[in-house]
Amino acid sequence: MGVSIRCAALAASLCLLAVTAPARAAVFSPESFTLENGLQVIVIPNHRTPVVNHTIYYRVGAMDEPPAKSGLAHFLEHLMFKGTESLKPGEFSAIVARNGGQENAFTSQDYTGYFQTVAVDRLAKMMEIEADRMTGLVLTSEAIEPERGVVLEERRSRTDSNPSAKLREQANAALFMNHPYRIPIIGWEHEIRALTREDMMAFYRTWYAPNNAVLVLSGDITAATARPLVEKYYGKIPARTLPSRPVWKEPPQTADRRITLKHREVRQETWSRRMLAPSYATGPAEDTYALQVLAEILGGGSTSRLYRSLAVEHKTAARIGAWYDPDSRGPGTFGFYGSPRAGYKVDEIEALVEAEVAKLLKEGVTEAEVAQAIQRLRDAAVFARDSIDAPSRILGSALATGRTIEDVETWPDRVGRVTVEAVNKAARSLLVGKGAVTAILLPEETS
Amino acid sequence: MLRHFATVRRLLIALPVAAIAVTAFSGWAGAVAVERVVSKGGIEAWFVRDTSVPLISVQFSFRGGAALDPIDKTGLANLTASLLDEGAGELDSHAFQERLQNLSIQLNFDADYESFGGSMKTLNRNRDEAVRLLRLALTKPRFDAPDVERMTGEIVAGIKQRSSRPGYLAQRVWQQAIFPKHPYGRPVTGSETSLKAVTQADLKGFVKSHLGKDRLLVGVAGDITKDELGALLDAAFGDLPAKAAAGNIPDAEPAALGYTFLLSRQVPQSVAVFGLPGLKRSDPDFYAAFVMNHILGGGSFSSWLYEEVREKRGLAYSIYSYLQARRGAPFWMGSVATANAGMAKSVDLIRSQVQKMHDEGVSDEQLENAKLFLNGSFPLRFTSTDRVASILVHMRFYNLGIDYLDRRVGLIGSVTKADIARVAKRFLDPKKLTFAVVGQPDGLTGTEKAPEIEG
Repeated sequence: MGVSIRCAALAASLCLLAVTAPARAAVFSPESFTLENGLQVIVIPNHRTPVVNHTIYYRVGAMDEPPAKSGLAHFLEHLMFKGTESLKPGEFSAIVARNGGQENAFTSQDYTGYFQTVAVDRLAKMMEIEADRMTGLVLTSEAIEPERGVVLEERRSRTDSNPSAKLREQANAALFMNHPYRIPIIGWEHEIRALTREDMMAFYRTWYAPNNAVLVLSGDITAATARPLVEKYYGKIPARTLPSRPVWKEPPQTADRRITLKHREVRQETWSRRMLAPSYATGPAEDTYALQVLAEILGGGSTSRLYRSLAVEHKTAARIGAWYDPDSRGPGTFGFYGSPRAGYKVDEIEALVEAEVAKLLKEGVTEAEVAQAIQRLRDAAVFARDSIDAPSRILGSALATGRTIEDVETWPDRVGRVTVEAVNKAARSLLVGKGAVTAILLPEETS
Repeated sequence: MLRHFATVRRLLIALPVAAIAVTAFSGWAGAVAVERVVSKGGIEAWFVRDTSVPLISVQFSFRGGAALDPIDKTGLANLTASLLDEGAGELDSHAFQERLQNLSIQLNFDADYESFGGSMKTLNRNRDEAVRLLRLALTKPRFDAPDVERMTGEIVAGIKQRSSRPGYLAQRVWQQAIFPKHPYGRPVTGSETSLKAVTQADLKGFVKSHLGKDRLLVGVAGDITKDELGALLDAAFGDLPAKAAAGNIPDAEPAALGYTFLLSRQVPQSVAVFGLPGLKRSDPDFYAAFVMNHILGGGSFSSWLYEEVREKRGLAYSIYSYLQARRGAPFWMGSVATANAGMAKSVDLIRSQVQKMHDEGVSDEQLENAKLFLNGSFPLRFTSTDRVASILVHMRFYNLGIDYLDRRVGLIGSVTKADIARVAKRFLDPKKLTFAVVGQPDGLTGTEKAPEIEG
């Protein structure tokens, strides 16, 4: 299925990110409680195997970095493995490995997360060491400097050696004119190089606190068995006074922007267009559900309007699709992407996408399209239950970005109530009269 | 969405076949009960019943695969895989895809060098139709000309897109240098030229000659009874021919070992792929080699390579090694990406760690820790139906036995320091260590010019 699979996979991952619930309400049926120190705890029982995923989300990400300190949240995430008052550098990971655990960490614009997946009888140890590094981090230059090299290599691998990623970074900087989402999570190289131990510790002491965290346990456990453990290890950590956060808003975007990267290593042209869109945080809420249906109709896989038109009928596109991401603390994004087949140009992709959008705005979507898209999105929520990682990720990221368990659990119902009129209204509001960023990747010799 | 994908502390290392089954678990045997189901029509599946969610995952594999592609039509198996769900029987591409999508049936096919595989995952309420579509795809694919042209176009665009990445190029240089005359030297996808040579007759011929019951291995996990599964197996696979006519993959003799192949590219960071000949999956020393590799470069946070290259010196974000258990030519393989200024140092460190393992083997503590991880982490692989089904197929592909999950702990646990010392001496020969490097690494000179690569 080559490319069409990738489109479908993209759409599916979006559903999963954005979604959460099964067909009759209640997707994951999680339990939850909150400690006195403010730590919110979510337990998603799944007794298939005696395994549990233990993830802590801190409600702090790249968007919370001070000015000129880009990359700080992510660099700190790396350094969280470098030891505490009670654990030597590297000892955290050694303990996880000796207990047969798999672990990792991730940083987004909105949050930072750390997880271990272990046999459930090892959970207490994971809590002990995760709670320990919530307050006990010790940083030395011997730990920081090699890790700075690692982060710079990570930037080179992910972005600097990848023309598509370089263009994406530039496109993002153009899309957000004011919101800190314009700055890449991994940071600008010159700022990564200048980050200091003091920057790290100040950021850590400000934001790493139980009342700024969500703990998610997914797997062979219940709230009743989890609670005493959570109380024991996390309950003794005092809450901190959290600073107020700036309220970032994008000004009206009135101009279209085009950015082009010509690169000597590029052999395949690509085209994309992205625009600001409602998020769960910014609303309007009804549009966020309608736009998920719209993205599915326009660009969700090989029966979507864009794929039918550009890949099948006009034979112009080798890849074509749409995405929508409402799952963020700041503005959401909506976009289109495509790559021409051999013998075609990005201009032809652009013209055909615009034609499909124009047709949609003129004629609207059909009842059948909406019904089918809703069914697929709701089914995706059932598939999401077939693992212990996906439920953890979906609930954790939702709660870390200001949503509630109920938002997640009622997702299928809310998607199910989307109407043709709602989709058409949301489409018009999104696609008419606003600025968008068009990003084009070309081989160097092309002009 | 792009934001969410952006940064992870380390790569979740994409492990080759060897790694999937090669971890074991402790205190847990029996938690997953593998049953053998044989249908009335004689189709065998290994099966784990799991009623957590009302769905099933069916995975299957036909021995053979892309390594059997004709040399002038490389990419045939992969192109076939891309087309099986693009129309079959009375359903044209659009009708077929529409049914899959509207019923949320996940049906995929893929080709590797040594197998042609597939997977079908469906909600129980759509199971009958999912099975019917799977049968049609396997036995009556249409290969209509516009669909062949479209999927060829997508594959070619994918090849071109990947070829802007130094990591992809390093892999290609490696393959071409080590296996200039064997299918392992050519990409599974083929190239723009080789794909142009593929005709509809070739595609139909592939299905007829490769997809036989005698080569089929099926694994199933999910919410279904054994009786229902028996009927499903006959409905899905019963119409396949009894025997496949395709040949077998020839053994491959590495053409060049001990060299450094350098492909110059103006990129800020060099990428190296490295390796030397390894052990077959069926080798009695395989488990010793597996534990040895975990200590040398397999452990994501704790290996010697990770420690020396990343942790101590910050020379890489990603550094790892693995056992590539191909039948025709097993290898120990690895990869690293380092800024041009530091790549020569990374290469030196990799050489010295391989030498150290060859000369000294491992310590008691290292061995103990590796076993704790490899045995303790095995249950983590059974957390979704598709992962379970894929392990079942893997067990069958490598003839590991239906009781493999019960024997796993012992196979890992019985590896001794002496076993590792022996296996390191036997195959981890530093003189054979070969590098393919793409970039402009300071102070690193290629001993050989990189071969020309296409695509």
